[in-house]
Amino acid sequence: MRDVSIIGIGQTPVDEHWGKSLRHLAADAVLAAIQDAAVERADALYVGNMLSGVIAGQEHLGALIADFVGLRGIEAFKVEAACASGAAAVRLGYIAVAGGLADVVIAAGVEKMTDESNEVVTSGLAMAADGDYELPHGVSFVAINAMLMRRYMHVYGVSHDDFANFAVVAHQNAVNNPNARFQSSLPTSRFLDAPMICEPISLMDSSPIADGAAAVVLCATELVKDPARAVRIRASAVATDCLSLHDRRDPLRLDAVEMSAQKAYMQASVAPTDIDFFEYHDAFTIMAALSLEASGFARPGRATELAREGAIALDGRIPVATMGGLKARGHPVGATGVYQIVEAVQQLRGEAGANQVAGASLGMTQNIGGSGATVVTHILEA
Amino acid sequence: MGIPQYWRLQQQNYRLMGEVCNRCGKRIFPPRDVCPECAQPAYEPYQFSGRGEVYSHTVVYSAPAGYGEYAPYAVALIRLEEGPLVTAQLTDVSPDEVEIGMPVEMVTRKIREFGEEGVIVYGYKFRPAGQLAEMKAG
Repeated sequence: MRDVSIIGIGQTPVDEHWGKSLRHLAADAVLAAIQDAAVERADALYVGNMLSGVIAGQEHLGALIADFVGLRGIEAFKVEAACASGAAAVRLGYIAVAGGLADVVIAAGVEKMTDESNEVVTSGLAMAADGDYELPHGVSFVAINAMLMRRYMHVYGVSHDDFANFAVVAHQNAVNNPNARFQSSLPTSRFLDAPMICEPISLMDSSPIADGAAAVVLCATELVKDPARAVRIRASAVATDCLSLHDRRDPLRLDAVEMSAQKAYMQASVAPTDIDFFEYHDAFTIMAALSLEASGFARPGRATELAREGAIALDGRIPVATMGGLKARGHPVGATGVYQIVEAVQQLRGEAGANQVAGASLGMTQNIGGSGATVVTHILEA
Repeated sequence: MGIPQYWRLQQQNYRLMGEVCNRCGKRIFPPRDVCPECAQPAYEPYQFSGRGEVYSHTVVYSAPAGYGEYAPYAVALIRLEEGPLVTAQLTDVSPDEVEIGMPVEMVTRKIREFGEEGVIVYGYKFRPAGQLAEMKAG
């Protein structure tokens, strides 16, 4: 197996891009990544996306975007794994390069969510859940997370207020990210006063839907021309669980997060204490808490304590969401996993500006599909 | 979901019919033909009692397409007395009276209507346990 490095990154601002179509957004990110990597060609393009069929009435994104960015003819297709589609595309690129089947691969993620009504987007997102046994009962994706959060609060005796720090830290970090959806801090009082959208989940527990695209260029490390800017992929690991919350061994333990993180730690021969920062999947504050616990950064039921102690801040023991996370950078679902990796590369190159984690050399990204059914974890090294 | 999808699920939706694993005895709902505990084939039908308790719950205000006219409605995870968890709506109860641990029982109710022909979908919901007995006594 060959060692794989990331040699180029590109991203569009996460925003409501009314003036840009799906293909234009994707092209902006892909062309920026190609330019950053200083390559002229790629062997393949993998596009992570969840909702193009539902929202844009467009599938077949691989060939569409390859053609649109001037790469007509290369291997290309779309990868779908709900909200984990983006990191799944990177994982596929990793497999191709590590396996020696390709030397240079572009992995992109793109999502265009603001073209449709809230009802259509809600239905589309809910498709990440079980279509026979969850959706027919009218549950939304927010409702599934709300039931998870209520159970968590009940079992561990924590209150809704205890989740504030996850959102506050994410917003603080987004202030200095010009690509973030919300470049504004969130006073704790505003978290505490936020309206409930699906009790106990409030507006400020939730990441915003948005449009966006991000891309990375992967290359066999042995072929890298500019090693100083390259970031090595030390681990790339996927694990799965059942789609439905009700079929989980224990809904409060994200088994696929644990499996995927453990696989990644083993591949990289590191422990959670070696990780300098963690781009986690804070689609809701409850997911932030459960991810920290299942990834080995906090014991079950103790993630809010970790956050309260300041451990997740930029200068803490395990900084999270260093460029705003899903909560404040925004969550263009199929693109999110690639944004996480792009941001990790910024940190590891020392290009994170005011949000630079001092001495960052090992970063972890984790993209979660559905309520925990597909989990893709990467560990990157400067 | 289309009509054939609902039709295929009628045993589960109307009767809460699941499966039992002949090897380890695990009661399985929804049925999946392979035991999630021991990965052995599990085709033996098993009739669930419909009794259980609320494991967690919330209220849907912003509903997916096709459910908007019924919102707000309470949804829950129910721990069936035979073991499995099931996702379902709650009925015959005010959402602010629902609590984790509340005993509930399955009832067959209209879930929604859809399409130009107004096809009515029936299925399981759960209500606070003991209401039928109370009505008879009353």
